[in-house]
Amino acid sequence: MILVILIAVLFAGGFLVWGVGRRSPLGARWISLLLLSFNLAVTAVFWVQNHDRTSFFGGAWLADISWDWIPSLGIRFHLALDGFSLPLVALTFLLGIMAVVCSWNEIRERVGFFHFNLLFVLAGVTGVFVALDLFLFYFFWEVMLVPMYFLIGIWGHERRNYAAMKFFIFTQAASLFLLIAILALYFINGRYSGLYTFEYFSLLQTPVAGPTAMLLMLGFFISFAVKLPMVPFHTWLPDAHTEAPTAGSVILAGLLLKTGGYGIIRFVIPLFPEAAKEFAPVAFALAVVGIIYGAVIAFSQTDLKRLVAYTSISHLGFVLMGAFAWNEMALQGSLMQMLCHGISTGALFMLAGSLQERIHTRDTSRMGGLWSVMPRMGGVAMLFVMASLGLPGLGNFIGEFLVLMGVFQTSPVTSILGTAGLIFATIYSLAIIQRAFHGENSGRWHPGDLTVREMSILGVMIVVIIWLGLYPQPVFGTVLPALQQLIASTAG
Amino acid sequence: MTGTDFLALSPMIALGLASVAVLLQSAVARSRQAPFLLTLAGAIAAFALIPAASSVAPHQATSLIIVDHFSLFITGLLVAGGFAVALLAYGYFERRSEDKEEFYVLLLAATFGSVLLVSSNHFISFFLGLEVLNVSLYILIAYLGERKPLEAGLKYFVLASASTAFLVFGMALVYAETGTMEFSRISFATGADSAIFVTGFALVLGGLAFKLALVPFHMWTPDVYQGAPAPVTAFVATVSKGAVFALLLRFFIETDALSNPSMLLLISILSAASMIAGNILALMQNNIKRLLAYSSIAHLGYLLVAFVAGRDLAVPAATFYLVAYFISILAAFGVVSVLSTAGKEPETLEEYRSLFWSRPWTALVLSASLFSLAGIPLTVGFIGKFFLLAAGVGSARWFLVLVLVLTSAISIYYYLRVIVALYSTPPEERVRPARQIIPWTGGIILAGLLVAMIWFGVYPSSIMNIIRSAIF
Repeated sequence: MILVILIAVLFAGGFLVWGVGRRSPLGARWISLLLLSFNLAVTAVFWVQNHDRTSFFGGAWLADISWDWIPSLGIRFHLALDGFSLPLVALTFLLGIMAVVCSWNEIRERVGFFHFNLLFVLAGVTGVFVALDLFLFYFFWEVMLVPMYFLIGIWGHERRNYAAMKFFIFTQAASLFLLIAILALYFINGRYSGLYTFEYFSLLQTPVAGPTAMLLMLGFFISFAVKLPMVPFHTWLPDAHTEAPTAGSVILAGLLLKTGGYGIIRFVIPLFPEAAKEFAPVAFALAVVGIIYGAVIAFSQTDLKRLVAYTSISHLGFVLMGAFAWNEMALQGSLMQMLCHGISTGALFMLAGSLQERIHTRDTSRMGGLWSVMPRMGGVAMLFVMASLGLPGLGNFIGEFLVLMGVFQTSPVTSILGTAGLIFATIYSLAIIQRAFHGENSGRWHPGDLTVREMSILGVMIVVIIWLGLYPQPVFGTVLPALQQLIASTAG
Repeated sequence: MTGTDFLALSPMIALGLASVAVLLQSAVARSRQAPFLLTLAGAIAAFALIPAASSVAPHQATSLIIVDHFSLFITGLLVAGGFAVALLAYGYFERRSEDKEEFYVLLLAATFGSVLLVSSNHFISFFLGLEVLNVSLYILIAYLGERKPLEAGLKYFVLASASTAFLVFGMALVYAETGTMEFSRISFATGADSAIFVTGFALVLGGLAFKLALVPFHMWTPDVYQGAPAPVTAFVATVSKGAVFALLLRFFIETDALSNPSMLLLISILSAASMIAGNILALMQNNIKRLLAYSSIAHLGYLLVAFVAGRDLAVPAATFYLVAYFISILAAFGVVSVLSTAGKEPETLEEYRSLFWSRPWTALVLSASLFSLAGIPLTVGFIGKFFLLAAGVGSARWFLVLVLVLTSAISIYYYLRVIVALYSTPPEERVRPARQIIPWTGGIILAGLLVAMIWFGVYPSSIMNIIRSAIF
């Protein structure tokens, strides 16, 4: 029931804030903030209550609900939560709060409609993380799209229409392949078992092999790879991230990309273990290319948001790599990388956004010397840049380290090449700090430093990222049973 | 004719009586409201009589007309479509301050013709229904009597007459070979060897493809859509096409024509060509009525994907999609109608720019309908497209499925172009033109369509159960 409440709060809240926002923009902001905090609190309480409870329904499922939806086609409204989804759901609400806070001053027009879209995207993302009926999953997968399109297209920067449309067409085209693959799987399974259903657990039993399995696997994979994004399907990402308003970038980078990684781990490999194994070398190669390519391109960017966008391509390469290594260590690393990347990149986009709000440019060549005028922002930026380059003691290090260790067991070469990403990350990360905050203040900028509102949310992020870096065990404790179950499901 | 016959035909009779009543009424006294109200009453009566008729279904009333659950379901859809068009037309003509008794007579007659069409399983009733529909449409399209509508009407008249000639010739060939005009006694299995028989079928298919505006029989569509008054365009796009499609479905399935590889190939070519050409040509349109015209060409192509899937998959999927298409297209043209002023209709994209900021609800309806046509979730179009794909994948028509997917991806571009225009922020200094109030009739129907689009998109079982019981 908790899952239905979490999603229903967001959908209903979306309409509420739209209505309220027409009269009182401030009211819309506060209501969104309260609703998301409520959801985060509920999730946190649920997590604490269940942290040592590894099995609930015989498997690793902590919450489960299943209703009839379209019975004539075997479609059910089936939501379930395990240790793998739980941290991602918590991340969704945390970044949701962050998105509301960082749009507090930036968004001044149509505030109600903005928050409507924001809550709808978050509802879609939450649904994606917990849906276990493939039709329902696809439904939520698509629900994320339209509000995100509006977020970019209405409140974005100069080239917003182009970016929004590119984003929409890329992801929509890719997800149609997902739809075909889901349908094909549905019919194959139906003919085999006589029971036509979109239920995840039934479809796991589908006997597909050979070229059919490979084609279906690719259908799923392409859709997730575009979202992830994997090179060469990444070209929508820099545009979308750069042109989106800050809140949009935070949600895009922090959450939407994670749905791709989640999809690969939850669906692609468990549904088609053999095909995925065959495909793994290609995936490894693409992951390595993505890691290095993203890092190299990031280094040469002068637009701060674009730079951070390209680093995402690089970081998500680790997730892809870890997923296809398919062992406990690599998967834990992938999940940790998703969480920490969500937080650190979210924070970096927020900083880029608040910089732009103050000095009206994202061009790093016009920045410089900002540390002396805004020491607080400099310090916070430094910390998240360090997190992003994988400094031990911060969460991202744990993620990347575990991925590389895990991948080493299956494919040493990939792991070694991937390590190069860490070095490149150091270079571009330090370059951000160097260009923006050190040197001479040639632009004569005198912006105000971070406000209490911004500091408080960034403070939470800092605490979380340090906590994940120093004591990640509680997260692993929750995640491990779920991952073990996933791995076991492919063993047969 | 027996009492049962009358009961089975009662929805049709109600429509016919209503059109006579409007004629008589306007002979007695001219009035704006009376013909409109009589039309609504006729449509409501026809709709209300459907359950009564379905109590005796399936029933063959004379050898011409079959009343079964499928025909009654489509009848309900057509009557509802006609009802919506009447509501839209009332506000539309009210604004132009014209007298329009004939309009309602013709609207009722056209709806009557289309209902006859879906209930026919005989060449005679097939032809009668089609001609009643066509002749009414010639006048309706040219109704405004201005240059553009006249051009559109004439174009439609010439091309439709030619296509009807082909259709009749095709019927004659089939009759020559089989000696019967009843669908149930024409069987493709026995006639497939005869070249005359196959040619006859191909000609009938061509004639119907013209009405459905399938590529390469689509040339008339954009001009007619653009020239006709918006409510009439809505009628042409929905009721007229829906009826012909339902007939095609019945004709091909009863005669088992799809078991023939060459027929299958023809349909597949029509389908793929319509999807590709419709969607690509729509990319370049700046006129929203032309854009929707090409979009509707593509949608009929999508429908044919389900069509070739074979009886069990095809009928429910295609019927559901037809419902989705009706709702979405009616909403889109409904918006064009309610935004029309006395002098002209808003046609170019420029006229829709920033509509969201001045008329949020109207813009919302239009965007919902465009999203629905594009097949985005939370709208009925998504479920519809899902059923189509399910039918295509289930029958392993991979080529058509692939074309459907790729062209749908292309189609998003032109739907989004309209959406971008709707939501673009208005320039600050522009003086807002005085807002004219949306006619209440249009407002009601748009609200209803919006609710239907979302309700059926979230909870499709409600209508799917009815459709499943309506398979013939």
